[in-house]
Amino acid sequence: MVAENFIEFKDVGKVYPNGTVGLSHINLTIPKGQFLVVVGLSGSGKSTLMRTLNRMHDISSGDIMIDGQSIINYKGKQLRNLRRKIGMIFQNFNLVKRSSVQRNVLSGRVGYYSTWRSALGLFSQADKQKTVEALRRVGLGEKLYTRADQLSGGQQQRVAVARAFMQDPKIVLADEPVASLDPLTTDSVMNDLKKLNDDFGITVIVNLHSLELARKYADRIVGLRGGELVYDKTIDQVTDTDLDNIYQSEGPEPESEAIVMHSATEGVI
Amino acid sequence: MNEVPKRSFVQRIHLKLIIWLGLFIGLVYWTASLTGVNLVMFFENFDQFTALLDKMARPDWSYTQLVINPILQTVQMALIGTTIGTLIAIPFSVLAARNIVKNPFIRTIIRFILNLVRTLPDLMLAALFVAIVGIGPIAGVFTLAVFSFGMISKLFYEAIETIDEGPLEALQATGANRSQVVIFAVIPQVFNYFISYFLYTFEINVRASTVLGYLGAGGIGVYLQRSLNEFAYDKTAIIILAILVVVLIIDTISNTMRERLL
Ligand SMILES: Nc1ncnc2c1ncn2[C@@H]1O[C@H](COP(=O)(O)OP(=O)(O)OP(=O)(O)O)[C@@H](O)[C@H]1O
Ligand SMILES: [Mg+2]
Repeated sequence: MVAENFIEFKDVGKVYPNGTVGLSHINLTIPKGQFLVVVGLSGSGKSTLMRTLNRMHDISSGDIMIDGQSIINYKGKQLRNLRRKIGMIFQNFNLVKRSSVQRNVLSGRVGYYSTWRSALGLFSQADKQKTVEALRRVGLGEKLYTRADQLSGGQQQRVAVARAFMQDPKIVLADEPVASLDPLTTDSVMNDLKKLNDDFGITVIVNLHSLELARKYADRIVGLRGGELVYDKTIDQVTDTDLDNIYQSEGPEPESEAIVMHSATEGVI
Repeated sequence: MNEVPKRSFVQRIHLKLIIWLGLFIGLVYWTASLTGVNLVMFFENFDQFTALLDKMARPDWSYTQLVINPILQTVQMALIGTTIGTLIAIPFSVLAARNIVKNPFIRTIIRFILNLVRTLPDLMLAALFVAIVGIGPIAGVFTLAVFSFGMISKLFYEAIETIDEGPLEALQATGANRSQVVIFAVIPQVFNYFISYFLYTFEINVRASTVLGYLGAGGIGVYLQRSLNEFAYDKTAIIILAILVVVLIIDTISNTMRERLL
């Protein structure tokens, strides 16, 4: 049943070094090919949850399995091999602005090359061809040699999607990918992500603040509050009132927020 | 209630400024008397200076031919020295940058070495290398290489510390290793600064290497020293003019290049 339990969070907890609780007792399984949207207030732990999957953050307790393998003790080469199969999209795109679009997209592939081959730019013909394909997929085929800082925000984010595509990812993580985009570009970026999901069965996890978008694209929505999973429903079961509840500050468990706030201030002192 | 708030008495007379100015003047006076700076003597002996200028005003143009080779040698010394220094500075500056090397232990050691190198006076370095490799341009090249290394690595790591860290995170998340993160996300962001600082250091080195010649470290400096020892100020004038021309040319080239880059 690998397909059913592709990603498994098992009682995952995360406490930041300063004492802030990022996640607590997260239990979550994500099947292969799901388009999962994570919602929650600012500071509820959405980014933290996402970053534990590619180990940009380490967890404090529990276990995370991907494809039946625990990933929490991966190191060195093994960790890099995990990461190259997980694409990541950021709110502020994180392109190298002074480099060309081509080089930015190719940089999604360097995990597959030795340091020397990538340093000398010895990318295979197939991979160079793949850059063109990746850019065509996001409607930017003609921008290959443009410098990244000459693109609009929406275009930059679509280059970032192309960069993730270059990785041949099994999972794509998108942390508020459209937070700084206008509604029209928002749709094109969300569609790019949806296409990765539809065309290649890539599991996509997106953090969003917009409930409207969440309902439009998600197969399933989970909600976080104060580092805890407080909501989890497939899209056909989601109702408007449910979602409003997640975003209410006085929800069913007001204490959990208070605890987070409290430990945060403690950490500063 | 749209009144402009009134400035207090202290604010109005800029009391702070006056106090600082007074302190500054007092400090200058104190240090001058401590180090024996004597303005009276400076003006009394001013005629010596004009006499020297007078001799230099009649340059020995025939000397120009002889000066060309040594001044080219000076430029070569500066170029090679700066290049060697820069190449060594690149890995050091990466290791000294706070946003690349999170381990404070390594960083502190590297920075300590860099500080040490920068405190060595270049004249002392020149004397040292002349003693080791003998009189000649090689000693000058080594001196300039060490000097450039100290200066450039500091300029470089400060440039690296100002970069946008987003792309570093993105590259790391694709499974790139540390070196690949530096090559793909750090170097493109600082490359223009690197070139600009290289040119700047090169300029400084051309000027510095004239002085190094004094210690026998090759280049035009040797000729400068000889002419001064022989009181041949007509030759000195030519040498100074030649240095001026070369420095101006290099300044112009490097300034236009730097403006294009940044
Ligand atoms: N590096 C860190 N060190 C300490 N505390 C952190 C760190 N990163 C996040 N936190 C804290 O962990 C909690 C969860 O943060 P997280 O960034 O995951 O929230 P989020 O849901 O992504 O919020 P947002 O919608 O604002 O992006 C917050 O209380 C936050 O202050
Ligand atoms: Mg976040």
